[in-house]
Amino acid sequence: MKIVVLVKQVPDTWGARRLNLDTGWLDRGGSEAVIDEIDERALEAALAYQDSNDAEVVALTMGPDSAKDMLRKSLAMGADSAVHILDSRLAGADLAWTARVIAAALTKLGYDLVIAGNESTDGRGGVLPALVAEHLGVPLASYLDSVAITADSIAGERSTELGTMSVRAPLPAVISVTERTAEARFPNFKGILRAKKKPVTVWSLDDLGADAAASPVRSVVLATSERPARSAGTQIVDDGTAGVELAEFLAARHLI
Amino acid sequence: MFILDEEQQDLVDAVRDFANRQLAPHAVEWDQAKFFPVDVLREAGGLGLGAIYAHEDVGGSGLTRSDAALIFEELARGDTTIAAYISIHNMVVWMIDRFGTDEQRRRWIPPLATMEQLGSYCLTEPDAGSDAAALRTTAILDGDHYLLNGVKQFISGAGASSVYLVMARTGEPGPHGITAFVVPAGTPGLSFGQNERKMGWNAQPTRQVILENVRVPVNHRLGEEGGGFVIAMKGLDGGRLNMAACSLGGAQWALERTVAHLRTRTAFGGPLIDQQALLFQLADMATELEAARSLLRHAASSLDRGDADAVSLCAMAKRFVTDVSFTAANTALQLHGGYGYLADYGIEKVVRDLRVHQILEGTNEIMRLIVGRAIVEDAQ
Ligand SMILES: Cc1cc2nc3c(=O)[nH]c(=O)nc-3n(C[C@H](O)[C@H](O)[C@H](O)COP(=O)(O)OP(=O)(O)OC[C@H]3O[C@@H](n4cnc5c(N)ncnc54)[C@H](O)[C@@H]3O)c2cc1C
Repeated sequence: MKIVVLVKQVPDTWGARRLNLDTGWLDRGGSEAVIDEIDERALEAALAYQDSNDAEVVALTMGPDSAKDMLRKSLAMGADSAVHILDSRLAGADLAWTARVIAAALTKLGYDLVIAGNESTDGRGGVLPALVAEHLGVPLASYLDSVAITADSIAGERSTELGTMSVRAPLPAVISVTERTAEARFPNFKGILRAKKKPVTVWSLDDLGADAAASPVRSVVLATSERPARSAGTQIVDDGTAGVELAEFLAARHLI
Repeated sequence: MFILDEEQQDLVDAVRDFANRQLAPHAVEWDQAKFFPVDVLREAGGLGLGAIYAHEDVGGSGLTRSDAALIFEELARGDTTIAAYISIHNMVVWMIDRFGTDEQRRRWIPPLATMEQLGSYCLTEPDAGSDAAALRTTAILDGDHYLLNGVKQFISGAGASSVYLVMARTGEPGPHGITAFVVPAGTPGLSFGQNERKMGWNAQPTRQVILENVRVPVNHRLGEEGGGFVIAMKGLDGGRLNMAACSLGGAQWALERTVAHLRTRTAFGGPLIDQQALLFQLADMATELEAARSLLRHAASSLDRGDADAVSLCAMAKRFVTDVSFTAANTALQLHGGYGYLADYGIEKVVRDLRVHQILEGTNEIMRLIVGRAIVEDAQ
């Protein structure tokens, strides 16, 4: 089975994250770039299957040159190979274009199962896996809290406001996972040393055909403004009466 | 000259991740409670920290001493004590890997590599520390077994470890009469003293190891009879680099905390960082630590190459790096004012931990002895 995991380089959530107010794009120099934690979980789902089954795991990303560091981490964690879609024309690409490009790459690469994080911690669109599945014309099972992979199907559970849905689909399929799925493994030293010898393929838009390269209808950011600084708010220091004060605060605003 | 390659950068990143997540948040609490976190050591084993420079066929990571110097510096930023214990464990593993037969390597190393089992290095005795070649623990050949008797003093990890690498006398007085043995926990006659109460290194136990008619099969002997002292000293070459790296990591962390503290702490109408007298102290700390780092990496690469002067360089690095790191950590405490003296800030712990690095694995006086003898020998 060939499992392709979509991974994205994002600013570390530990640091302050900023937009470049001129372009409306993410300020990538502003904080350390890391593999998105949710994508690490997506990779973990693939690697957990690979631990006891015959499977090839490929990490695929679209991103700037610096994304290669994150691909190396994916390889160190256990992916067998990586694909990097790298093209300066793609800088600032919106969700729709990104999905077209990734779908074109997946078609070229071949896949049985595509696993993504449910939403990236920077863009937070949460629809990329669905757009990709639509382009590919395969089933989508998104926002899975648990994943069970078999040789020809996937199954899992997703939470809704009212309860839990059990979903399943035949392969090939696209799935996305939530942060309720298993925490990712640490890459170990051996994995890090092995990562260097694993293949990383770089594709430009030209490699992916006219469909992906064509300038599509796309959204652009017209204006951005910085969020106003948060005002002080009310602080309650607990001297034994904090509970009462809190209740009074809420009651005064008719919240309880 | 010392630019890390991509692979080393990835190793360091992985260690930083581990230290940030698994060590740093607990370091003060473990120190205060004198708690030895064996579970976390198992996780360290999973990362590859259990057998850093042992061969891969027995579960080792197959890295170099230069890699190890980077790894221990980073690890010590999270917890100097735990980093230092991991170094001692690695010393034991390397000695078995380097001097053991294939059968011994395959038997002892895999569980040590994962840190399911821990190792202790047993050289020092109550009456033989710096003059280790005067050790008095005996091993007498009796049929296909050796009978070991004696007391080992200050043994790190003792009581928690599964594997004790014991240097004992099988022959003549002096270094040539010493042999190395692997003694597993649970062997009848093997017992431990109380956990010593000490200034630092509180998150790892230090105990006497007591051997009373301990019988081990002949195939527990590491190397030849009489070869034990050389094995013990070779283990220490790498150990000393690691101890230096642990000091450096602790001191570098303390320096960075001090910069942060002085930037936010105000007195006399402005942040303390604006006091040039303090800034100059920071500059000196940074300069000395950078010099220490250069010497450490130089010594590590010379040990990797097996240069003739590697032993002397390792001694120089151990002496210099542990001295300037202790001084820097102590300055960091001073510049924190009263807060530096509080456990919660972590600085006083680093000072206490680093102090012992000037004493163990050969005191810094003994390092001078090694370096001094080498220069005299060179001159002849
Ligand atoms: C916390 C801790 C953990 C330890 N862990 C281990 C361990 O795991 N395994 C192990 O085997 N040992 C361990 N040790 C022992 C350590 O290596 C010894 O304490 C050290 O080698 C010094 O020996 P000593 O304490 O007997 O001091 P001594 O040898 O009595 O030295 C006393 C003083 O005299 C100086 N001195 C001695 N000889 C000379 C000389 N010829 N010239 C100049 N000065 C000299 C010394 O430098 C020192 O300042 C540990 C010690 C401590 C404190």
